[in-house]
Amino acid sequence: MNFEWLGRQFDNIVFLLGWHVLLAVIPLVLGLLIALPLGWWAHRSRRIYPLLVGVAGLLYTVPSLALFVLLPLVLGTKILDPLNIVAALTIYTVALLVRVVADALDSVPEDTVQAAKAMGYRGYQSLMKVELPVGVPVISAGLRVAAVSNVSLVSVAALLGIPQLGSLFTQGFQLRFFTPIIVGIVLCVILAMILDGLIILLNRWLTPWTPKVVAS
Amino acid sequence: MIKFENVTKAYPDGTVAVDGLNLEAPTGKLTILVGPSGCGKTTSLRMINRLIEPTSGTIYLDDEPTSGMDAALLRRRIGYVIQHAGLFPHKTIVDNVSTMPVLLGESRQKARTKALELMERVGLPASFAKRYPWQLSGGQQQRVGVARALASDPAFMLMDEPFSAVDPVVRGQLQEEFLRLQREIGKTIIMVTHDIDEALKLGDQVAVMRVGGKLAQMATPSELLTSPADDFVADFVGRDRGYRSLGFTKTAGSVAIGEEAVVQLGASGEEARAKASGAWVLVVDGGRKPLGWAQPELLNGELKRENLNLSGIPAAASGTMRQLLDAALSSPSRRGVVVNEHGELIGTVTATDVVKAIEAEPHLETAR
Repeated sequence: MNFEWLGRQFDNIVFLLGWHVLLAVIPLVLGLLIALPLGWWAHRSRRIYPLLVGVAGLLYTVPSLALFVLLPLVLGTKILDPLNIVAALTIYTVALLVRVVADALDSVPEDTVQAAKAMGYRGYQSLMKVELPVGVPVISAGLRVAAVSNVSLVSVAALLGIPQLGSLFTQGFQLRFFTPIIVGIVLCVILAMILDGLIILLNRWLTPWTPKVVAS
Repeated sequence: MIKFENVTKAYPDGTVAVDGLNLEAPTGKLTILVGPSGCGKTTSLRMINRLIEPTSGTIYLDDEPTSGMDAALLRRRIGYVIQHAGLFPHKTIVDNVSTMPVLLGESRQKARTKALELMERVGLPASFAKRYPWQLSGGQQQRVGVARALASDPAFMLMDEPFSAVDPVVRGQLQEEFLRLQREIGKTIIMVTHDIDEALKLGDQVAVMRVGGKLAQMATPSELLTSPADDFVADFVGRDRGYRSLGFTKTAGSVAIGEEAVVQLGASGEEARAKASGAWVLVVDGGRKPLGWAQPELLNGELKRENLNLSGIPAAASGTMRQLLDAALSSPSRRGVVVNEHGELIGTVTATDVVKAIEAEPHLETAR
């Protein structure tokens, strides 16, 4: 570890960390927003479920680097545009969360859904006020996986020269210098843990009603 | 009033769940749909609030056909209780109970105040208000379910096997309390059960349905017991019909009640022997409330509480023939203890006296 380098590069590292956070979190939020209606659709229709979940699984197998390179052709963006990364990671997040949202809605007890309907909740009221809130624990479990996965996937974008913590890896390899690589790994792990912790807290705040024995 | 007119539910695969059902549930009464599984009773219930749409026929709510109503608005007029309560796991008990008033546009605060009153009414302590459903037992959850259905003070209530998911002791309690509640509030209720005993105990009238979704007989509980319409109903109502129908026959002073000499706790063996008729003597407290029977021959010194045999069940003089007969049969002396409305001793009856009174009645006068 070269601490002198660390001191000199401090501002740059903070800059890279900031980008890393943005590139990981924005797609997470966008992906969740897109996955909610898709997951609801898969939950509603037994025919659509295998189709949507199948396509989502397939999308997730596309190598990230390939997607980063391909997307500019589809979106008409420049190859160095960070938008490509946001779009690509949003696709991965959606791929992960469509199934999660569908399963979360499936996890709501039939008696509860039936009661909501019989009390006179309309379809959207039941979804917003009963089914989604009750499905939150399942959704946040999936969101934790997506968050950690995004943090690690972002670093691949370094190969395209888009600045974030992954840039420290490429820099370290080029210079045969380990300090930036170690710093990059440590910050990625810490960032992943912080995001994970935030989702756990958010889940606790949204679900004061779950039995307290559940370990997360 | 809820009325079924020629209501049929057939599924595309050809199954007929309900077949030309005609039935009227009178206002303020508890009507019970009972039958074996597959008789279409639950389907019939769910067609009322249109959780299931009828294939043909019409269901009326106070002469208004439900088919023309907005389904959600229709459901908000009807309280609904289901087997496992179906509470909202993410809402506190008080918010569960407030659900329908809030849906109907009442302010949350007002709804909560009312919900607290209702919780008390169904026997839930106010300390439960902030708890979540998983913290309650099955019986307590079911009480919440009933409170939730009553919260908007609907004129109609539908209950789908409301008491069948709890243990027999709790079920008995819930049934008793519900009967008491219904006597106060007088809702128009349709309840589904597969349990004929529950039907006979709770129902003002009972509709027995047979497999294939047809109505077999609609009658009061005592009519079902004394004159079942056909073999199916007779079979379904079950054994002990004669004995059980006594549960609907008031004694109305027709049974001779004999005097009974009594002693109090602390009496000497001699006094007990002097008062005893046969091997047993009845023991009462200072207010003439029966405590139990004792055998003077076995007494060693004065009469103490542990000398009492408690197997007899006192019957109220205003009760039914069945209670009176049961009092006689359950008593170790074979003399059934009869008490007044304050629980004070009037006298005793023998099974022979009760049977004589039953035989003397030309026609069984029914209690309802």
